[in-house]
Amino acid sequence: MSDYLKTGYLKNEDVEFPKSDSLRGRMVAVTECVQEIPCNPCAESCPVNAISMSGINGVPRVDFSRCIGCGNCVAVCPGLAMFLVGIKEGKGVVSVPYEMLPLPEKGSEVFLLNRKGERTGKGVVSGIRKTDKSRNSVIVTVEFENRELLKSVRNIEVIK
Amino acid sequence: MREISKHPVLSFERGKRIKFLFEGSPVTAYQGETVAMALYRNGIDVFSESPKLHRPRGMFCAIGKCSSCMMRVNGVPNVRTCILPVREGMTVERQKGLGEKPSKAVKYPPPVIREEKVAIVGSGPAGLSAAITLAENGVAPLIIEQNPRLGGQLIKQTHKFFGSERENAGKRGIDIASEMIESVKKAGVEFYLNSTAFGFYEGKTLGVFAENKLLKIRSKYFIFATGAAEKMIPFEGNDLPGVFGAGAAQTMMNVYGIKPGENVLMVGAGNVGLIVSYQMLQAGINVKAVIEAAPKIGGYFVHAAKIRRFGVPIYTSTTIKKAIGERRVEKAVIVSLNKKFEEIPGTEKALDVDTICLATGLIPSVSLLAQSGVRMKYVSALGGYVPLRNKYLRTSLPNVYVAGDITGIEEASTAILEGEIAAYSILSDMGKDVEKELSDAISELSELRSGPFGAKIVFGMKEVQYE
Ligand code: SF4
Ligand code: SF4
Ligand code: FES
Repeated sequence: MSDYLKTGYLKNEDVEFPKSDSLRGRMVAVTECVQEIPCNPCAESCPVNAISMSGINGVPRVDFSRCIGCGNCVAVCPGLAMFLVGIKEGKGVVSVPYEMLPLPEKGSEVFLLNRKGERTGKGVVSGIRKTDKSRNSVIVTVEFENRELLKSVRNIEVIK
Repeated sequence: MREISKHPVLSFERGKRIKFLFEGSPVTAYQGETVAMALYRNGIDVFSESPKLHRPRGMFCAIGKCSSCMMRVNGVPNVRTCILPVREGMTVERQKGLGEKPSKAVKYPPPVIREEKVAIVGSGPAGLSAAITLAENGVAPLIIEQNPRLGGQLIKQTHKFFGSERENAGKRGIDIASEMIESVKKAGVEFYLNSTAFGFYEGKTLGVFAENKLLKIRSKYFIFATGAAEKMIPFEGNDLPGVFGAGAAQTMMNVYGIKPGENVLMVGAGNVGLIVSYQMLQAGINVKAVIEAAPKIGGYFVHAAKIRRFGVPIYTSTTIKKAIGERRVEKAVIVSLNKKFEEIPGTEKALDVDTICLATGLIPSVSLLAQSGVRMKYVSALGGYVPLRNKYLRTSLPNVYVAGDITGIEEASTAILEGEIAAYSILSDMGKDVEKELSDAISELSELRSGPFGAKIVFGMKEVQYE
C-alpha cells in the first residue's frame, strides 16, 4: 500500500480492481475505502450481499462476480469512496459520486480527473442519477475511449 | 459580495430585510441572522480593537464560545454579537478595549424562578437526543441553548454521516438535525434560545441570562451537553480578522449562507479540517491548501481523498508560521517541520489567502461543571479537562450527568448515544423500567468505539471512568 495518509490519494495498484475481461457489457463496484472506520452503509445497501465486512469497523470488499452494478453503494457511501467501472461497446465507463455545482449535462463533454484532481482526458456524460430527493447530489457516468483510464478516473470537471 | 447564491446541498431561506445602525450608518440584514453575520455579510471584518495595542479583532468561533466578537450594542458593552439576533433599529458600535460602562442605566425585569425535573444545557445532538428520550418516557425536560437555533453544530453538517445503518449512517447531519428538532417540538419540550447559562451553584441552581431576563433554574437532575470550543494555536498574527475556527467558517457557510473568504488556508487535516475544506469547495470557495503538522493525515482517509480529487493539496509535516495583513488576513506563511516538529529554515512559503481556518482541535466546554465542584481530570486523549463519570454518565455530583463532546471530543453519532444513555440513567434513577434500553445504548456505543479511531477515546475513558 502506498503512503496514502501522507499524500491523500491511493495509487492504481492500491485498489483491488476486477479483471478487464470481466467488465465487458457490465458495471462493477470498486471500493477505495481502505481504512478501518466505523461505517457500514455500503454493505447494508447491497441487494445481493456482494460487499463483505468484518464488523462495523471492517474494510469493505466487493465480490466482483456477485456485484450487479446497481450503484446503491455509490449513492449511500458517506465517504464518496465507491465507484462503478465497466466497458461498453469498447469504451471505458466510470460512475462517480458528484456533489458540486454546476451539474454536468447529459451528453456534454467533461474533463476526466484522477485522484489528484489532474485532468487526464475528456469523456462524455452518459448518465446522471440523483441520489438525494431534494438535493443536487448525483452519480455521474462518463464514457471515454482510452480504457486505460478506467483505473484512475475518479472525478469530473464541467467544461465552462 | 459574500453571499452564497447557489449551493449543491443547501437552500438558504433568508428572512425579510431589516436595518440597523453600525457606527451610525445603516446596515441591511436579514431577519433571523445574528449581528456578527449581518456585519460580515456587509464586508465588515473588524468588530473591536485590542485593549493595549489597538489591534483589529473580528469573529473567531461564531457560536458564542470565545468572546472575540464582543461589541457595544444599544449602549451596552461586551455583547457577543455572533449569537445575538439582529433587530430592527438596534445600534451597534465597535468596542474599544475592555468596553465602557453603559451610557444609561439598563433595567431588567425581576428574575424568573423555575422548578424542573430535568434541565438540559445545550441542544446539540447529545442534548436533543437526551430530551427526546426523556420526553418519550413521560418526563418533560427544559432545554437551555445559547445560540438562536436548536441543534448545536449538527445544523451545519451537510455531509453524510458514518456509523451503522441503525444510527443514521448515510444520512446528512442537517437532515438528522431537522428530524431531531421536529421530534423535540412535537413532544412539546420547552426550550429557551439565546440563553446563556453563566453559573451553576452547588449542583442545584443554574443561572441563565435569557435575552434581557435572569432565570434561576432549580432542577432535580441536570444534563450538561455544552459541547466544545475550537482551539487557537500560537502564531504571529493569529488575532487578525480572517483567522477563524474551521467550525466558524462552517457556521457562516452552511447556516447563514455567507462565504468566510475567497481563498482559504486550512490548518489541520483531522476530520474537521478535511470535511470543512470539502464544504468550502461546495460553497464555491477556493481552498489553496490543507496543512498538517503531523507527518500523517489524522482524519479519515476517505475525507482526504474527496478534496484531493478536486486538486486541493494536503501538506503534512507543515505548519503555519504567520498571518500577514493590515485589517484582515492578506497572506499566510507556512513552513515545513522535521520529525521533532521543529521548523526547517528556508522552507517558508507564502500563500495568497484572505482566510485562515484553524481545525487544530477542540476543547470540551466544562467551565460550568468545574465551577460547581464536579471532579475533573486533564486527559489529553479526550481534548483537555473532562468530568469524571461512571458508565451511566453520572458525574461526581449524583444529580448531574454529561453527554456529548463535554465528556471528550468525539462525534455526533456517539454524542447521540451518550444523550440517550444520560437520559435513560436518569429515568432509571427515577424508578422507570428502562434497564434494557440503557444497556443496549451502552453496548452500541462501545461497538462504535471498537475500531482504531475509537481506541484513543477508549484509552482516555479509562482515565476518567469510575464504577
Ligand atoms: S453496485 Fe450494487 S450490487 Fe454492486 S456492490 Fe454496490 S450495491 Fe452491491
Ligand atoms: S459506506 Fe463508504 S465509507 Fe462507509 S465503509 Fe462503505 S465504502 Fe467505506
Ligand atoms: S463568541 Fe462570538 S466569535 Fe466567539
